[in-house]
Amino acid sequence: MPKTKFLPKPTPETQPFWDAAARGELHIQRCATTGRFFFHPRPCSPFVFDGEVEWVKVSGDATLHSYNINHRPAWGFEDETPYAIAVVELAEGPRMMTNIVGIDNTPENLVLDMPLKVGFQDRDGVVVPVFAPAEVTA
Amino acid sequence: MKPGSIAIVGAAETDRVGVLPEHSALNLNVEAARNALHDAGLTPADIDGIAGTGFSPGEVAEALGIRTRWVDSTSVGGCSYFLHVRHAAAAITAGMASAVLITHGESGRSRVGEPGLNFSPSSGMGQFEMPYGTAGFVTMFTVPALRFMKEFGVTHEQLAGVAVAQRKWAHPNERAFRRDLITVEDVLASKTIAYPFHQAECCVVTDGGGALIVTSAERAADLPSRPVYILGTGESTTHSMVSQMEDFTSSRAFRDSSADAFREAGVGPADIDHLMVYDAFAHVPLYGLQDLGFVKPGEAAAFVAEGNTEPGGVLPMNTNGGGLSYTHTGMYGMFAIQEAVRQVRGTAAVPVPDVELSFAQGVGGMFSTAASLVLAAERP
Repeated sequence: MPKTKFLPKPTPETQPFWDAAARGELHIQRCATTGRFFFHPRPCSPFVFDGEVEWVKVSGDATLHSYNINHRPAWGFEDETPYAIAVVELAEGPRMMTNIVGIDNTPENLVLDMPLKVGFQDRDGVVVPVFAPAEVTA
Repeated sequence: MKPGSIAIVGAAETDRVGVLPEHSALNLNVEAARNALHDAGLTPADIDGIAGTGFSPGEVAEALGIRTRWVDSTSVGGCSYFLHVRHAAAAITAGMASAVLITHGESGRSRVGEPGLNFSPSSGMGQFEMPYGTAGFVTMFTVPALRFMKEFGVTHEQLAGVAVAQRKWAHPNERAFRRDLITVEDVLASKTIAYPFHQAECCVVTDGGGALIVTSAERAADLPSRPVYILGTGESTTHSMVSQMEDFTSSRAFRDSSADAFREAGVGPADIDHLMVYDAFAHVPLYGLQDLGFVKPGEAAAFVAEGNTEPGGVLPMNTNGGGLSYTHTGMYGMFAIQEAVRQVRGTAAVPVPDVELSFAQGVGGMFSTAASLVLAAERP
């Protein structure tokens, strides 16, 4: 029996992120006092003690910050191995892990700092953000 | 802690390290503990504090019949044993314990009686990293490396050079898991595990254990073993997920823990004769050399390529062969400390001449936690 990809299980703090992803939107939090964005979701501002936080829809623009290309697939990734495990830097500042779609995951294709745009993949009913080269989705 | 007021008086590994399917993880802890007690000339009746991770320290205390009044199961990954040493030093200084046994035993390869790791899908990693196909530490710990290489102009040949340099230490060491001398070309031709990392740039996977006994310098003076004095210590934790490491070119935990250890010891990088930097993967010693202040940012890769960390070099580093060649059970930190102790005592398989001061740097998780020890041959 084929194994399926690992699926996230939201917590109350992260639920808005996953709800937005299900609608095809990337939402992250920012500190209401300083306006500074942060990731991953959490119940308090990391910048201002007792500071309020708010959820904001962000641009989905990012750059490729770093990555590896994994040759030992996780469950469910067998057909796309080797594949990149990437960290992107969002235009708003925070970084997140993701997969790079729309392009062969080779060292030649994946150039650090290349512009990327968010997209969404439905995996067994759970929608996860992924990123593609900006020119592919433009 | 006054520098030199606390000492390591017992230090030993399991009889063998490598492939040991005949040993459970518990037995690896116990065998290492017995060896360390013999080394120190002590018995379980002399021990009143216990520390460890992976295995419940209670299970180890129970197995050895140790009556404890101090316990530490700090579990922050492979450097946990560095923190145990630091916490033991504090506890002994505070009078909470008089002699602490720290054990490690892990059936990392054979998986016999091994509790193992389990990540919840509702953890941070489970939600924000594992859905992207992470499959073990090699797929996470390596993620910052390409950014480090780009920012500092590190070549693939230089990354491979870390594995080549350490293999030179492992080659004469009969306990090392990988011993054949290799070239940069060999490393680059070996199987890609997670680009840019080839097999030789990733740690070995083994079974084994090690144990330490920490007590006061006053007590150490009455024991038959050669004490190794603790001059300075540090610890720091910064994040959990590798994607959230604040700077992919430098570890704040490395910088902070090492600065504390140097400050407490009253010494600096130029005073150090021997260095251990926990090397789960080949890039970690490069971060270590820079973040600990042994070289300036951007200089580490060339420093290794020029042979400075090899046998005969100015800064012998990872002299057991490291996690890349010697052994790596999963939480390698215990073995880095063991080698630092052996070099200070002059008992290493490949001894560095006249080691007065050794610096050992541990890492836990994916640059998530760090801890540092400055160890000395003489009490200042």
